[in-house]
Amino acid sequence: MSTQQAVIQVQGLVNRFGSQAVHANLDLDIRRGEILGVVGGSGTGKSVLLRSIVGLRQPNAGSVMVFGENLLKLPIERRSQIERRFGVLFQRGALFTSLNLQENVALPLIEHAGLKRADAEHLARQKLALAGLPPEAACKYPDELSGGMVKRAALARALALDPEVLFLDEPTAGLDPIGAAAFDQLILTLRDALGLSVFLVTHDLDTLYTICDRVAVLSQKRVLVVDTLPAVAATDDAWIHAYFHGPRGRAAQDAAHMLENR
Amino acid sequence: MDHTLSQPDSRPGQLQRQATGDHQAALLVIDGNWTLRHYAALRSAVEGLRQQVSAGDRVELAGLGELDTAGAGLLVELLGPARISRLEEWAPQLPAERLALLRTLASAMDQPKASQPPKTNGLADVLAHIGGFLAGLWNQQRTLLGFIGLTLQTLLLVLINPRRWRITSLAAHIEQTGLDAIPIVALLTFLVGAVVAFLGATVLADFGATIYTVNLVAFSFLREFGVLLAAILLAGRTASAFAAQIGAMKANEEIDAIRAIGLSPIEMLVLPRVLAMLITLPILTFIGMLSGIVGGLVVCTLSLDISPTMFFNILQRDISINHFLVGLGKAPVFAFLIAVIGCLEGFKASGSAQSVGERTTSSVVQSIFMVILIDAIAALFFMEMGW
Repeated sequence: MSTQQAVIQVQGLVNRFGSQAVHANLDLDIRRGEILGVVGGSGTGKSVLLRSIVGLRQPNAGSVMVFGENLLKLPIERRSQIERRFGVLFQRGALFTSLNLQENVALPLIEHAGLKRADAEHLARQKLALAGLPPEAACKYPDELSGGMVKRAALARALALDPEVLFLDEPTAGLDPIGAAAFDQLILTLRDALGLSVFLVTHDLDTLYTICDRVAVLSQKRVLVVDTLPAVAATDDAWIHAYFHGPRGRAAQDAAHMLENR
Repeated sequence: MDHTLSQPDSRPGQLQRQATGDHQAALLVIDGNWTLRHYAALRSAVEGLRQQVSAGDRVELAGLGELDTAGAGLLVELLGPARISRLEEWAPQLPAERLALLRTLASAMDQPKASQPPKTNGLADVLAHIGGFLAGLWNQQRTLLGFIGLTLQTLLLVLINPRRWRITSLAAHIEQTGLDAIPIVALLTFLVGAVVAFLGATVLADFGATIYTVNLVAFSFLREFGVLLAAILLAGRTASAFAAQIGAMKANEEIDAIRAIGLSPIEMLVLPRVLAMLITLPILTFIGMLSGIVGGLVVCTLSLDISPTMFFNILQRDISINHFLVGLGKAPVFAFLIAVIGCLEGFKASGSAQSVGERTTSSVVQSIFMVILIDAIAALFFMEMGW
């Protein structure tokens, strides 16, 4: 399943805010069917990279090829067709506050998959259940929910169309450990069954150890290293060493080993 | 169309129930692609067959093509979560990842159904809506009075303690609400002044009393139009800005943060805005009066043959200072109400974008309503007093 074919190729990406450069000549490939974890200290431009790939930000230089096409140079109609193959979970959920949860999830189903409202809402309730929300949450509005529930609902919306590429911006932040573990398993199950590619920005070391096939480290305005987790952890760099071999990193590693041996 | 949603060779999913020799059990044939693209057709097939499916039915999955979460959800609905969770016993040929997907969906959907909200009838809904609206109106006035009291109390506490004066914030709000509004207030009152002069000239010409156009313009602008137009403009321009600013802060939990730091949102957010309005609206009123009278003056000079010298002579002779004072005296009252209503509506916003919009609208409607209501009451009062 994990062929070497890249669904997304980022080449020579440069992003600047005023005089401050966030990315300088950044290269990164996302392969079909892989779960790619993206880590980096605060302010290293993880979310900016995600926004550049999804087409929400015009990079200052460089190209982003999505399914072999440059998203920013396509006509609007073609671009919308490609964007339908993406599912994006934003850091703060970004649910539509004027719609209740099932309407939030049903929206892409009605607009893009052409379902009738009754069918779409029925399917939306299934997606919400899949993301771990209780049935009575379906008719609630986002401002009545806790942060963790908003995250789950946002995941349900990102999964609505069974996207080929799933972008997750810190999905497990704000979830309790049980919920976070269930979340990891759900992503893994969906990837195996549907062959999704997942671009996962995270600070959660448990997630990295449990589900990521490769890990990219953003540092010094570029991708410092991208490889399997043991190879990345063995890289000779002060920040990477502190990240993976600190007390939290060791604990997560031990936990992952225990999980495998069980 | 994108290729997952519509592959040209996509084989539609099919569901058939075939009777077998055994009259208890039937054979369910599941065939084709069970994907989002065929969802509508598949769902109606599943709904139609669900009552007939019994636990003893055999299931034939060999023809199953693509399967996504939508299709898997339908399969779980058809066969029931209990049966899907024993899937590996009766469908061992299914690949492990599909097994995992179906079981994940089965465990997610194995929950009691949410109770549907009770249906209500139309007439009761309308009556309940009217009742709720009236109760809301009453509550709104009570909250407004409470908020005014709170603001005045905080104002007194802050005034006696110069260290708590927020001069920077006050100056910024004076600039936004006052200085930036001068051009629009001046232009609008100038135009209305010209219109009033034209109207006066047309009507008064029949009586040969065109000269009284001067009195008409001066009277109306000093007593009413200067302050009313400035107040209505600020109600639209500033009350809405206050409501939107504070509403967005509320949605972003900034108000809660101010409270948690141990500061008073009234003191930090409301007082500078109220004081800025109290300072700027009288000034804008004065500007409005002047440019309204200038509008009248221009019309008088250009089309009525009343020279500026004559215009000012009549002003000086006929118009006493108390008309000006009556007009200006209303400005602080309007300013206070507009600012307080704008801020209060902002505080009432909840987390959603829609409620910020509703509160902003409500702040404009309420403050314009209040301005006109108070102005009408004041006009009656001043007339009775002979001022």
